[in-house]
Amino acid sequence: MAKYTENDRIFDENGREIVLKTEHLSISFGGLKAVNDVNLEIKKGQLYGLIGPNGAGKTTVFNLLTGIYKPTEGKIFLCGEDITGLDPIKINKAGIARTFQNIRLFSNLTVLENVMVGLSNQIKCSVAESILRLPRHSKSEKDFRKSAHELLKLFTLDEYADQLASNLPYGKQRKLEIARAMATNPTLLLLDEPAAGMNPNETQELMNDISYIRKHFDMTILLIEHDMRLVSGICEQLTVLNFGTELAKGDTSEVLNDPEVVKAYLGE
Amino acid sequence: MDFLETLLNGLSLGGTYAIIALGYTMVYGIAKMLNFAHGDIIMVGSYIIWFTFLRLDCHPSISIALAIICCVILGIVIERLAYRPLRGAPSLAVLITAIGVSSLLQGLPAILDTISKSSNNSALKEKLSGILNPLPIQDMVHTNKLVLFGVEFPISISALVTILITVATMIALTVFIKKSKTGKAMVAVSENRDAALLMGIHINKIIVVTFAIGSALAGVAATLMLTKGTPASPSFGALPGIVAFSAAVIGGIGSIPGAALGGFLIGILETFCNANSALSPYRNAIVFSVLIIILLFKPSGILGNPRREKV
Amino acid sequence: MRKTNDLGLNKSFKFKNYLNYTVILAVLAVLMILQFTGAAGTDFNYKIMPIVIPIGVYVILALSLNMVVGFLGELSLGHAGFMCIGAFVGGKIASLLDTGDNANISVMLIALILGGLCAALFGFIVGLPALRLRGDYLAIVTLAFNMIITDVIKEIPFFAKGSNLPTPSLKDEYNYIIIFAIILITLAVIQNFARSKHGRAIMSIRDNEIAARTMGINIVKYKLTVFTISAFFAGIAGVLWSYYQPGINYEMFKYNVSIEILVMVVLGGMGSVNGSILAAALITFINNYGKFSEESFAPYRTVLYALILIIVVIYRNAPGLKGFREKYNMKDLFAKIFKKKTSQEKLEDIADKETKKSEKSDKKEQKLSNKVSKKAAKSAKNAKKEDR
Repeated sequence: MAKYTENDRIFDENGREIVLKTEHLSISFGGLKAVNDVNLEIKKGQLYGLIGPNGAGKTTVFNLLTGIYKPTEGKIFLCGEDITGLDPIKINKAGIARTFQNIRLFSNLTVLENVMVGLSNQIKCSVAESILRLPRHSKSEKDFRKSAHELLKLFTLDEYADQLASNLPYGKQRKLEIARAMATNPTLLLLDEPAAGMNPNETQELMNDISYIRKHFDMTILLIEHDMRLVSGICEQLTVLNFGTELAKGDTSEVLNDPEVVKAYLGE
Repeated sequence: MDFLETLLNGLSLGGTYAIIALGYTMVYGIAKMLNFAHGDIIMVGSYIIWFTFLRLDCHPSISIALAIICCVILGIVIERLAYRPLRGAPSLAVLITAIGVSSLLQGLPAILDTISKSSNNSALKEKLSGILNPLPIQDMVHTNKLVLFGVEFPISISALVTILITVATMIALTVFIKKSKTGKAMVAVSENRDAALLMGIHINKIIVVTFAIGSALAGVAATLMLTKGTPASPSFGALPGIVAFSAAVIGGIGSIPGAALGGFLIGILETFCNANSALSPYRNAIVFSVLIIILLFKPSGILGNPRREKV
Repeated sequence: MRKTNDLGLNKSFKFKNYLNYTVILAVLAVLMILQFTGAAGTDFNYKIMPIVIPIGVYVILALSLNMVVGFLGELSLGHAGFMCIGAFVGGKIASLLDTGDNANISVMLIALILGGLCAALFGFIVGLPALRLRGDYLAIVTLAFNMIITDVIKEIPFFAKGSNLPTPSLKDEYNYIIIFAIILITLAVIQNFARSKHGRAIMSIRDNEIAARTMGINIVKYKLTVFTISAFFAGIAGVLWSYYQPGINYEMFKYNVSIEILVMVVLGGMGSVNGSILAAALITFINNYGKFSEESFAPYRTVLYALILIIVVIYRNAPGLKGFREKYNMKDLFAKIFKKKTSQEKLEDIADKETKKSEKSDKKEQKLSNKVSKKAAKSAKNAKKEDR
C-alpha cells in the first residue's frame, strides 16, 4: 500500500488517517506466546472487529493496547505516536479509552459521578483550589456536571444520573461503561465484548448506540465480539485471532466466509 | 563459639515463629484471609497451659493436649460465628472483623482481672488472680545445655526441642497436604474455590479443617513460647503474632516451606540484633523494616508465586 | 464494604451539605452560653476541657483515617504512629518555645503546623508502599510502621526516650474555642477534598483501580495525597493530645490506639464524614465521662466495642444478610419518615416510565405499519384497477 506521513501521522493512499497501527505485537507469559506477531491497521472512523475463539488472545491485545501489559516485542502507534510500553494513564491521555469484558464500573459512585471521573482529565482544577474552594473549583464542578449530563443524555441514561452504578440493570451498566469511556475524549474506543450477556433486543439497541457514537463523534472503534450478528452487522473489517496469531484479516464478509476461519470456530 | 550459640538460639526462636507463621499461612492460603486473631488464640492457649499445669497440677503432656484442644475449639467457633457469615464479602470487611475478634479475645482476660479485683468473694478472687497473674513456668524450661557423649553442645535442650518440633510439624503438614484426600482438597480450594465446589468439595468443611489445624498449631506455639520463659498475659500473642505474620509474608504466604524459612530468618535476625547491644532496642524496628523492604521488592515473598489480577 | 454516599456531589448549594458545620457551631455556642451565664459553675474550664480536648482529638483522628479507609478503601493500622510523631515533635517544640505557665497561642500554632508537617512527611513515606501493596499486606505494613515509630521514639534522648516528655497545657479560660476551630478546619479541608473531582477520583480508585487507571486517573498522585493529608491531621491531633497531657509517653501511641480509631471509622460508616464525627464523639464521650471512664470499665469497653464492630461489619457485608439489609436499613427508614422515595422505588419509577415509553412507541409503530399496509393494499388495488 502506498502511504505517506505528515508530522509523524500516517495516512493511507486515499488520504485516510491510520489511527492505530501495531507492528509485530507479541507478549509471552512464561513460555506461552499469548499474542504473537499481530499487525493491526485501523483507519479513522473505521469500525474494526477483533474476533476469535475463546482464549485466542483478544483481551490480551486490548490489555497491550491500553498499557495494562507491556509487550515483549513489537510496537504500537496511535496517530503515528509511539505509545509502546507507556502506562495506562498516559495511554488514556494519548487517546485510547476502553470498556471491560467483566464490567468494571465504580459501583459505589452514582451514574453521573462515573462519567465525571471519566471527565477528570478534561477539566482542570488543582487539589489546593478544591480544598480552598477557589472560584475555579465551582466553575469546574459546574462544567463537570454539565458535560456529564450532556453525555448521559446522548446515551439516554440521564434519568438514572443519581442512582448508584451498581443498581443499574445489566444492559445499562454496559452502556454506562461506554459513556464513561467516551468521557475521556478518546480518538480510539476499544469495546471488549459489549454484547456479552445481552438479549437480542438489548444487542439491537447496542448496535444502534455504537453506530450513533461512530457518526456523532466521528469515532474510530475496535471491538471484540462473539455475537456474529453484531459483527457482521456493523464491522467493516475484521482480524481473526487463533492461538494468539492472526488467522485472517480483511473485509468482514470475505473473512467470515474464509474456510480457515470457519474451521477455527467450528472445528473440522 | 559465640556466633554458633547465637545462631542456634536464633533457630530456636525462629522455630517458634515458624510454627505461628504456619498457622497464618495455612489459613491465608486456603480461606484467603488474614486471621488477625491467631496470636490471641495462642494467648488463650498459654493461659490454659499455665492454669492446668501450675494450678491443677496436670502432667505437662495433659495440659499441652488440653490447650491444643481448647485452641482448636476456639478457632472453629470463631470461624463459624465471625468469619463464615462474611464468606464472599470484600476482604477489607473480613480483615476488620478479624481485628475485632482479636481485641475481643484480648479484652476477656482483662475483664476477669477486673472482676477478681472488685470481687468481694475472697475464694473467687484468689482463684481468678491465680489465673491472671501467671509467673514464668520455670519447671517447663530446660535451660541446661545439651550434653552428649560427654561433650557440651552450645544449645539448650528446650531450644533443640523447639527446632525439632518445628521441623517435624513442617514435614507432617507437607505430607498431609500432598498425600491425604483432605490435603489435596485444601490445595484445590486454595487454587480455585468455585472449581473445587463444582468438583464436589465441601468448601466450608475444608475451611473448618484448616482453622482447626491452624489453631492446633497455635496451641503448640503457646507451649513453645512458655518454655522460653515468657509469662502469659493478655497481649501474649499480639506482637509474636504480627512478627510471625511478617515471617509468613517474607517467606511467601500460602507456602509451608516459605513460612518455615521466613520464621527461621526472622528468628535469627532478631537474635543477632538482641546479641548486639547497639541494635537490641531496635530489633522490632529492624524486623519490620526488613518486612517492608521485602514486600516492596518481592511482594509475593521469597517462595511465593506471584498472582496477576485478571483483567 | 458498603460505602455510604452522603457526599452530595451532584447537588448545588444545599443547607444539608453544611449541616455538620452548623451542628458543631451550635455545640460551641451552647458551651459559650454556659460559660458566660455561669450556669456551669466556676470551674467550667476544669470540667469542660477533659472532655472537649479528647473528643476533638478523636474526631480529627477519625476524620483523617476515614480519608484512607473510607475514601481510598485501604486499611491503615498505623494512624497512631502519625499521631505519635505529631505529639512528640509538636510537644517538644512547644515545650522549648513556651516559657510561661499558661500555653501561648502563637506557640501552639507553630507546634501544630510543624507537628502536622512532620507527620505528613511520614505519611508520604508510608504512602509509597501503598503504591505497590494492597489490602492485607498494606495493613500489615502500616501496623509495622506504627511499631517502628514507637520503638524508635523510645530510643531518642531528644524526646526524653519516649517517656514522660513534659509538654505545656491549655489552661486559659477560652481555649476550648481553639479546639473547635481546629475541628472545623479539619472538617472543611477533608470534606472539600472529598466533594471535588479529587474525591471522586479517589473513590474510583477504591471501587476499581484498573478501571480508574484506564480512565487516566493518576493513582500515584492521589494515593500519596491521601496518605499525606491524612497523616497531617493525625499529627495535628497528636499535638493537641500533647497539650492535653501533662507529659507524653510512647505507650500512648501503640497500635491498639490505631485500632480504636479504626473502630470509630467503621462504626460511623466507612466513607461517611458525619458518621466518623458522630462515632468518634460518642465513643470518646463514653470513654471520658463519669463512671464509664473509670479504669475498671476499660476492659468492658474494649470487649463491647469489639463486639459491636464485629456485628456491624457482619450486618453491613455478609452476603447472606443481603435480603435483610435491603428490608431494614437506615436510608429507607429515613426515607419513610420523611416520606421520600427510596432508591429502589426511584429505580422502579424509571423502569415504569421506560416501559410506558416503549409501549407508546410500539403503538406508534403499529399505527404506522397499519397505515403502510393499508396504503400498500390501496396502491395494489389501484394497480389492479389500472391493469384492467
